[in-house]
Amino acid sequence: MATTTTNTIDARIPEGPLAEKWSHFKSHQKLVNPSNKRRLDIIVVGTGLAGASAAASLGEMGFNVLNFCIQDSPRRAHSIAAQGGINAAKNYQNDGDSVYRLFYDTIKGGDYRAREANVYRLAEVSGSIIDQCVAQGVPFAREYGGLLDNRSFGGAQVSRTFYAKGQTGQQLLLGAYSALSRQVHAGSVKLYTRYEMLDLVIIDGKARGIIARNLVTGKIERFAAHAVVIGTGGYGNTFFLSTNAMGSNGSAAIQAFKKGAYFANPAYAQIHPTCIPVHGENQSKLTLMSESLRNDGRIWVPGKKEDSEAIRAGKLKPTQIAEENRDYYLERRYPAFGNLVPRDVASRAAKERCDAGFGVGATGLAVYLDFSEAINRLGRDVVESRYGNLFQMYEKIVDENPYETPMMIYPAIHYTMGGVWVDYELQTSITGLFCIGEANFSDHGANRLGASALMQGLADGYFVLPYTIQNYLADEIRTPRFSTDRPEFAEAEKEVVNRINKLMNIKGKRTVDSLHKELGLIMWDFVGMGRTKESLEKALVEIQRVKKEFWTNVFIPGSGNDLNTELEKALRVADFLVIGELMARDALLREESCGGHFREEYQTEEGEALRNDEKFSYVSCWKYNGEDQEPELLKEPLNYEFIKVQQRNYK
Amino acid sequence: MEKTINIKLKVWRQRGPKVKGSFETFQLDGVSTGSSFLEMLDMLNESLVKEGKEPIVFDHDCREGICGMCSLYINGHPHGPDEDVTTCQLHMRKFKDGETITIEPWRSHGFPIIRDLMVDRRAFDKIMQAGGYVSVNTGGVPDANNIPIPKVIADEAMDSASCIGCGACVAACKNGSAMLFVSAKVSQLAMLPQGKAEAARRAKAMVAKMDELGFGNCTNTGACEAECPKNISITNIARLNREFLSAKFKD
Repeated sequence: MATTTTNTIDARIPEGPLAEKWSHFKSHQKLVNPSNKRRLDIIVVGTGLAGASAAASLGEMGFNVLNFCIQDSPRRAHSIAAQGGINAAKNYQNDGDSVYRLFYDTIKGGDYRAREANVYRLAEVSGSIIDQCVAQGVPFAREYGGLLDNRSFGGAQVSRTFYAKGQTGQQLLLGAYSALSRQVHAGSVKLYTRYEMLDLVIIDGKARGIIARNLVTGKIERFAAHAVVIGTGGYGNTFFLSTNAMGSNGSAAIQAFKKGAYFANPAYAQIHPTCIPVHGENQSKLTLMSESLRNDGRIWVPGKKEDSEAIRAGKLKPTQIAEENRDYYLERRYPAFGNLVPRDVASRAAKERCDAGFGVGATGLAVYLDFSEAINRLGRDVVESRYGNLFQMYEKIVDENPYETPMMIYPAIHYTMGGVWVDYELQTSITGLFCIGEANFSDHGANRLGASALMQGLADGYFVLPYTIQNYLADEIRTPRFSTDRPEFAEAEKEVVNRINKLMNIKGKRTVDSLHKELGLIMWDFVGMGRTKESLEKALVEIQRVKKEFWTNVFIPGSGNDLNTELEKALRVADFLVIGELMARDALLREESCGGHFREEYQTEEGEALRNDEKFSYVSCWKYNGEDQEPELLKEPLNYEFIKVQQRNYK
Repeated sequence: MEKTINIKLKVWRQRGPKVKGSFETFQLDGVSTGSSFLEMLDMLNESLVKEGKEPIVFDHDCREGICGMCSLYINGHPHGPDEDVTTCQLHMRKFKDGETITIEPWRSHGFPIIRDLMVDRRAFDKIMQAGGYVSVNTGGVPDANNIPIPKVIADEAMDSASCIGCGACVAACKNGSAMLFVSAKVSQLAMLPQGKAEAARRAKAMVAKMDELGFGNCTNTGACEAECPKNISITNIARLNREFLSAKFKD
């Protein structure tokens, strides 16, 4: 087992009342004057909401920014796929919203496993994000009076979600991308597209650069800077099948981990309740159907097992099931929140019904999301104007018309709350290395609420990091630019080259994808929605087996010094194997259920997550101890000073 | 049981931008009609790798029709024969058993080939950098509800903003023009009060960059609109022309 020490970690949270911490920090932090900003270089890895907004804002301030992404353009980052919306405590609807209420909902939604001070700051800056995006020309949905419209999302009783059709992530990312493009034009940001970070360079204990691979030429290149920011998203693709993009990966986080950054709460992964079910063996990814659909769609399965069986056999259609024979199980179990319970609750409830034999679809691993009542109530036009693009997407994939027959949905891995540990200033445990957006662990606790990922990515990038990084850089103004000829760069590059050569020379018999799929199945079966001590112990053994198979029997065609898509995948899968193990280890150690982490041994009589605050009210921070060594667990205690910790209740 | 088909694929292979390319033919059996087009290519690549060969290189990422990374000219159509979808959302049920499917990269002066079906679309980024933004810095902006925008205008701006920057319009155009792409961004920002202040400057800068990068002229054939996976309308081009002309008059 992992060695547990009594070391605790300090998150450097400012003193003072909750509502004053951030303004107090900003008033007293160190700043860098304009002429010094020009002399300071910052590497930002990733161009999603967090990365692009940070790179743009830092460039505007006058820093010299180097911005990297693996795609052909910054606009492709996976933030683009977020559909439903972005939360902000504007209270435009006059329904009782406030900064405190958004803070409270987020802490509660995260099942009391997030840091109070960070979450309060997130809620506090949320309003500015909407202002910023509107100023950039983001075409949010509006009312006839010309003011901004809102919709509701899970885990909240107010309407605070701003949206742009079902393409909110796209519009926000294009806004950040336009701000970024403006800085590229101004010369303050230099873009490196189709580049992949492969290692972090540390000089005298501080992050000072990266080693990256030019994906077009295969050339390994060195880049130096005064500070490095990682905004590379989450590690959901550990599961192979997820709602993430094909290229989404956790490699930058693992490189940081291996250089000494703590990896926090790896077990906290979000399984999204409304995804299109798996169709077959060659499936490459899962498509999300936005949570916003739960505003008007009603989730059900047949109330009688024989009806479910007949549907699975193709003898009965869902539209033939009479109203009284349908089990709207979320409305039944959670009358106060109904279909809008948080994601973890909705996912588990779907699994519970399917495991009990009431599931539908050919595999029995699906439930219905039905719009017939909404179409009767609002008319088809209104439903189409709200969700038209999602219905079209569903029809193209499944070949069924959701206006006429209910959608089929099933949970899938969607988001990872865990990530690189950061303190209040978003600095990792490596000095000079910062981490933003989904890649860090900071704000969502054990479960993220819908429409909060966009909020956090942009909060970090526009309004938090550009301040906090100056608190660090103010002490670096006398540090001259680094030459990449230094031995630290040569050493890091050598390690990268050795790793690539090692992979290329295995020349085994297995394809990268086949091994990744094998890992994914282990993750889904044993580290998925319902975890047990036995399943997690099994996962640890199985992951080791796949890891060994990977490092002795993988086959990568082509050359390491050239464009090579199989090598790109292999390098990422090697890191997913490390993450998978971390997830299982963390989940095994956390003998409680909270948010997205559900240990079947720890549940209430009604089947809800049962926390153990006395033993587990902490952030688990994993410290790397070397290849093939067990990582060490450190703890950051979670002290709730301002709100009362309770059992989550959505009834 | 799910339905499967057997197909023949004619795929463009090309080592690099300046190397001569050619078609290579593959037979692929047992493709599930429920698979997406890219999952079918995954299948082919998996079998190539198993034979020790290099896979076909193509761009793709989100696989849900929004990132704009996937491309491909399939049987003479950008993003294939289905309407209003990108290649990643095209499904094999649109093809017949025994059919021969021809797959080519985007072919356009503005998008040089990198390898096989992967092209370099950085020209689009350069056009955006020339002026595809509202010049505001982070912070210090007015409250989001300070300027009411009529719903019709907001909705229209949203329609223009739906462009995913995939480049199908350029690939479809016999002149290799990027007018639909440029006009969608110019329109979105010109329609909104936030973007009006620099509408003229933006239109001129983006058009100048487009010309400089070697994209062709628009001759109103409408092929771009017909092939656009996101239904971006050519009325955007009319709007761009209006913005551009009025900017030129002011000079």
